[in-house]
Amino acid sequence: MPEMRVIGQPLPMNDARAKVTGLGKYTDDLTLPGMLYGRILHSPYPHARIVSIDTTAAERLPGVYAVATGRDAPTPYGILPIGHDERVFALDRVRYIGDNVAAVAAVSPEIAERALELIRVEYEPLPAWFDPLEAMQAPGPWIHDDRPHNIEKEYHHEFGAVDEGFERAAAILEDRFVCGEVTHAAMEPHSTLAVWEPDERLTVYSSTQVPYYLHRTLAEVLQMPMSAIRVIKPLVGGGFGGKSEVIPLELAAAVLARKARRPVKITYTREEVFYAHRGRPRTIVDLKMGADADGRLTAVHARVIQDGGAYCGYGPVTVLYSGQLLNAIYAIPAIRFDGYRVLTNKPACGAMRGHGTVNARFAFECLLDRLAERLGFDPVELRRRNLLRAPCVTPNGLRVTSYGLPECIERVVERSGWNHKRGRLPYGRGIGFACSHYVSGAANPIIRSNMPHTTVYLKVDRDGAITLYTGAAEIGQGSDTIQQQIVAEVLGVRPERVRLVAADTALTPVDLGSYSSRVTFMAGNACLEAARQLRRQIFEAAARWLDCSPDVLEAADEVIRRTDDGRVGVGFEEAVALALEKSGTLVAKGTYTPPEQARGGNYKGAGVGPSPSYSYSAQVAEVTVDPETGRVLVERITVAHDCGRALNPLTVEGQIQGSVYMGMGQALQEEMVWKNGRLMNPGLLEYRLPTTLETPLIDSIIVESVDPEGPFGAKEAGEGSLAATLPAIANAIYDAIGVRLNELPMTPEKIREKLRERTPR
Amino acid sequence: MAATDGGRSGAIRGPRKQLIQLRINGHLYELAVAPNRLLLEVLREDLGLTGTKRGCDDSSCGCCTVLIDGRPALACVALAASYENAEITTIEGLAQNGELDPVQQAFMETGGAQCGFCTPGFILTARAFLARNPAPTLAEIREALAGNLCRCTGYTQIYEAVLRAARRLQERACQNAVREAGENA
Repeated sequence: MPEMRVIGQPLPMNDARAKVTGLGKYTDDLTLPGMLYGRILHSPYPHARIVSIDTTAAERLPGVYAVATGRDAPTPYGILPIGHDERVFALDRVRYIGDNVAAVAAVSPEIAERALELIRVEYEPLPAWFDPLEAMQAPGPWIHDDRPHNIEKEYHHEFGAVDEGFERAAAILEDRFVCGEVTHAAMEPHSTLAVWEPDERLTVYSSTQVPYYLHRTLAEVLQMPMSAIRVIKPLVGGGFGGKSEVIPLELAAAVLARKARRPVKITYTREEVFYAHRGRPRTIVDLKMGADADGRLTAVHARVIQDGGAYCGYGPVTVLYSGQLLNAIYAIPAIRFDGYRVLTNKPACGAMRGHGTVNARFAFECLLDRLAERLGFDPVELRRRNLLRAPCVTPNGLRVTSYGLPECIERVVERSGWNHKRGRLPYGRGIGFACSHYVSGAANPIIRSNMPHTTVYLKVDRDGAITLYTGAAEIGQGSDTIQQQIVAEVLGVRPERVRLVAADTALTPVDLGSYSSRVTFMAGNACLEAARQLRRQIFEAAARWLDCSPDVLEAADEVIRRTDDGRVGVGFEEAVALALEKSGTLVAKGTYTPPEQARGGNYKGAGVGPSPSYSYSAQVAEVTVDPETGRVLVERITVAHDCGRALNPLTVEGQIQGSVYMGMGQALQEEMVWKNGRLMNPGLLEYRLPTTLETPLIDSIIVESVDPEGPFGAKEAGEGSLAATLPAIANAIYDAIGVRLNELPMTPEKIREKLRERTPR
Repeated sequence: MAATDGGRSGAIRGPRKQLIQLRINGHLYELAVAPNRLLLEVLREDLGLTGTKRGCDDSSCGCCTVLIDGRPALACVALAASYENAEITTIEGLAQNGELDPVQQAFMETGGAQCGFCTPGFILTARAFLARNPAPTLAEIREALAGNLCRCTGYTQIYEAVLRAARRLQERACQNAVREAGENA
């Protein structure tokens, strides 16, 4: 492989200028002539039967163009084929405070708001359930009639000889961990602009991570052919999973636009964003692990209960991830997993950065720290003793192709000064260690099919510009830039020569979306294939001109040269002109489908967890704890992340640091606080997003294990480092003041309480 | 009552408007605004200056930060009619003749903007801060930016951007001083 010119460069994102000048357009920045403002009426009850809805007065208000209720679009939908339990507007029952009841489109937001007040809804309250353990015991009426005891889904897995593993263990530890509910809190509130076109088609601009799934769902719910619908994703102001399934406002805006025959924009208030939620569920993890005297794990049993809220959403996937990804990080011969996804009368949870793995990893790495103490090992050494021997296939069928965890561990140990600090810091200061990992895209699509997960096209015409048509959704993570770099590298051109047409379903081929950290790996591989095909066409034309075989040509720095005679070459634009003479506009296509061997085993739930490759992370957290107030200050986090190869170190580091930050927030201060189904802190201050005051410099180290199947060896970078941050901080708190916290967030109150428990009065 | 074009007809009225003049990015605008109209609404909806973002509704996120007489202010809690005699700068007014401000340039180079939604607010806050404190420490930067939230970056690349911008601005000040000294000599 020739030396790389574009791959591996810390290039600014290709939309950075649009962002620093404020000229980039997000959905809410768009307005159209005749545009109306939509507002949604939400349920004030956590669980109630709708007796009647009277919209007459609202419809009569001057300036109102449309009022929509459940009857306007009664078809159920949901992100998973097994969970179509939501409707745009409730038909006969509301299931959480904030559930969608009706919507209005009017000439101004104020009139829309006034019209909502004129809608008369008669409710008959029903018993409601807010705690998953109580919901599981509930006699009925259940939240969904076809989900007895409010259990959305349960899974029971056993791989290897678990009982035998515990029998031969020299030490067994067991404990309960409870992780509070957290949410994405992307800075951009969700927004959708739906346009009913004069030709009776629908165009929807939306802040979505998944244009393709939105496209499908719009067609289902509006009962329109997909061919009559176009979804366009403008700039998206952060997602983190919160925009990775269809959000009610997207459908509500479309229903209103069709009814009013005008453009309708709905932008959520921040409070509505909190209630739209789809975040990480409150999770109870009962974890048991055993190890032999050498510190090698012999068996693990995890029982996970997730408080999923009122609808299915991604629920079964979330709970499966928590069990499946107990594997593929350490060598564990036997694992038992019991997972329960439970319905309660609160907004639905969903996918959030580190989907499903974070809370289970917190429990696991905390208990591992205790196991090290029990057996007399340094926590790092205990992990060294349990490393995988990759490549390998885990007992539950996950194929590990590249494994940079050993290097991650050694790099953070060295950089953080772990060996000098561990056990030697004064009381009140502590250092903690933990590891984590994540998938580089799910090997199985949400909607089962044998179709590629990504397709991209490339086009070159007389202007010499290379246009990449990609369905992949840039949401701030830099995936547009990565795809541009891949194409530029293969074709040997400056990145600026490659322009993108992205995430517009009328123009771009299908990509499944930005979730499960799949874009670099999957869209990246499709770009690689398309660029190679295009290069072949250009090389063939150049070879005729240079009178050689295309096989001896290489492209770099805008020139195509003979490798057997470096003096002979032709400029990229000339070569394109030669190729155009023969075939007209040059086009090429690339696709990516995960290999059969990467798709996992054959058991119920086997579809979740398999990935073409896994990223790895090791972290050291250093904290100061004030024993008087219980306040924890994170002084430093050192993180090493194996991303296969850093196609762009600048964006990779940004992803790693952002993950650590989000983990830190969940560890210490973020929590959705509920009281009888009402959110007590639906604002960014009350929810307590960490500010710069709480956030230290995050020292990130890139480890490159060069995956055999990733594009240029790349794997994911955007999620895998999140989960280790929580237990690294918890373990550091223990090192600082000698108390173990099993509950998140680890607030000053909980720390003071633990300290009081320890000191008898 | 007859519907005209699908919507209900009738008088559509809001609060009575008053004529005001606002100086924004060096331009004087005459606008008719209701007394309760927010500066954020005027910028985004009346003037199309959508670089100023709405991230919350309770002045907690800093995405709508603008400069009023050089000081950071939240446009979501500023009544437009109160700023008739002020000099208002939005993110669109920062680059001069297409040349980015050093703070904008630094945010681009260090990865300080990921999704970009908080970026205008951060850049304006940082710009005002560096005018006040040209050679800040990391601790001072962390304190100065505490009113702006970012969910993507974990702030590290933002800290780097501000440090880099500070160096550039100092270099520029230095060069200007040398040039002036040369001209005066």
